[in-house]
Amino acid sequence: MGLKSNLHSLKEKYRGTKMAPAFNALHTFLYAPNETTHSGSHIRVVDDLKRTMNTVIMALVPCLIFGMFNAGYQHHLALGEIGRADGFFSAIFWSWDNLVIGLWKVLPLVIVSYGVGLAIEFIFAVIKGHEVEEGYLVTGMLVPLIVPVDTPLWMLAVAVAFGVVIGKEVFGGTGMNILNPALTIRAFLFFAYPTWMSGDKVWVHGAVARDKAIAAGQNVDAISGETVLGSLAQNHEPSYSVAEMFFGMIPGSVGETSTMLILLGALFLIFTKIGSWRIIVSTVLGALTMGLIFNFVVAQGWITESSKFFGLMNTTWWHHLLIGGFAFGAVYMATDPVTGSQTNIGKWYYGFFIGFISILIRVFNPAYPEGVMLAILLMNVFAPTIDHYVVQGNVKKRMKRLKVKTA
Amino acid sequence: MGLLSKKDTKLITDPLADNNPITIQVLGICSALAITAELKASIVMAVSVLFVLGIGNVVISLLRNVIPSKIRIIVQLVVVAALVIIVDQVLKAFAYELSKTLSVFVGLIITNCIIMGRFEAFALGNGPWRSFLDGIGNAAGYGVILIIVGFFRELLGSGTLLGFPVLGNPIPGEQTGLYALGYENNGFMLLSPMALIVIGIIIWIQRSRNKDLIED
Repeated sequence: MGLKSNLHSLKEKYRGTKMAPAFNALHTFLYAPNETTHSGSHIRVVDDLKRTMNTVIMALVPCLIFGMFNAGYQHHLALGEIGRADGFFSAIFWSWDNLVIGLWKVLPLVIVSYGVGLAIEFIFAVIKGHEVEEGYLVTGMLVPLIVPVDTPLWMLAVAVAFGVVIGKEVFGGTGMNILNPALTIRAFLFFAYPTWMSGDKVWVHGAVARDKAIAAGQNVDAISGETVLGSLAQNHEPSYSVAEMFFGMIPGSVGETSTMLILLGALFLIFTKIGSWRIIVSTVLGALTMGLIFNFVVAQGWITESSKFFGLMNTTWWHHLLIGGFAFGAVYMATDPVTGSQTNIGKWYYGFFIGFISILIRVFNPAYPEGVMLAILLMNVFAPTIDHYVVQGNVKKRMKRLKVKTA
Repeated sequence: MGLLSKKDTKLITDPLADNNPITIQVLGICSALAITAELKASIVMAVSVLFVLGIGNVVISLLRNVIPSKIRIIVQLVVVAALVIIVDQVLKAFAYELSKTLSVFVGLIITNCIIMGRFEAFALGNGPWRSFLDGIGNAAGYGVILIIVGFFRELLGSGTLLGFPVLGNPIPGEQTGLYALGYENNGFMLLSPMALIVIGIIIWIQRSRNKDLIED
């Protein structure tokens, strides 16, 4: 007997009992079910929600793998054990040593994220007596990619529990949530434990431990893990080249640094028609618009170098796409089909404002360097309103046409 | 209870649970979110509202046949304002630090919807004794929620209860208790949005225990 028939007979055994949803979920996660619907109208497609989710996860895997190597690379680089990598395929970057650190630090984040999140999903499914929902498959992969590498695991567990229960289950589960669960989890971490989510220590593995050693009186050098955004916010010129920012060899949350791989993921999502190209394009447009406005303000001389906003305002307008979590948010978070706008026109407005507000928050509030998180959560709240007006506008237009015809 | 008839007892016990002013009627949310970051402030606020609502209900009930209905809101406001000023002065005299923490929210008891709500809905149509019980009951229902929220927010947000460190010493370098294990205070708990979420969770628990409360 193969795995499939084993799972099927296990499912049959528990049919009708309280635990049935749990076994059904395991079965259908890996295989299409044995029996199909016999009556009523059918839609014949192969991509159900689970297949959709798996596609997004596939698009995320390159980011995850790159993030593991980058975690080790940043660690060894900060310790001064290796030199700067010269180009994307540099052997200094793709080394076994880097991967070991990455596996050691990133895999536990993935395991905790999935363990806690899926446990809660299964518990809720059993209590409420419905099927286990697939929504957490993507969230569980997104979460480890958008937190700093040194995030304590218990904090992540608390945040995941909060995000899944308050962000999703209280609204009725997958498909009913107003806010993106992964960003809810990150926002919770950000406001609850700000010292672990911002600053110049948490982005490079080992920096926090090194600080503690110094506080305890040991004679070692501190590690600085300033992100590009962090140094710009303090009016420092970042010490990374544009190529390094594009390839992602910079400190940052685990999976968000490599704009190049995110771009590949975006193309994959657009090609498979899972992600909305309208949202991705309009988000980028919004960010570029805001970047150009700020560059214009600087060019006009309305703001001087002594201003605390100067560093970020003076950033070349398209560099905003390369730094921070903007690209990751635009491709993987803004395109969430549940929390985003549903109408095609609405998607343009929704995406544009995400980009626009992201850069606005990024520049004007250095305390919240990750503007894209707050911008997406804000627009999540407004998405239904945008859709409402788009639909009403359409209704009005058609009513006019109707009147002309009947008159 | 010999002192209270069954009907009178219900006046006090109803607002504590199934007709709670905060979780069921959703009144008085503003102060519940603003001042519950510390347990002590929650308790003082609860006692203050207990005093104002208890006495206020009696006064309004005694005056109910005298007040012209056209200007009854103004009369009610004068009564609440007088009582709130008494509370405010007492706090300033005997608990100055605390009155600074509560700041404007003591004054804002005047605008607490629970108080005007009870005056309008109950004291204007019932005798002084029953009005007094109703006032005490509703203020207690309000206070219970405040104290529950304050308890969790102070415990998880600051690691203290009434100012005593119950989870250990959080100062870096000399941590004890939970902090020595790597635990950290949850800063989100000190922000008002978390108070709303805590109240939401209380409402959730209450409604899942008593299905009659779910309206649809």
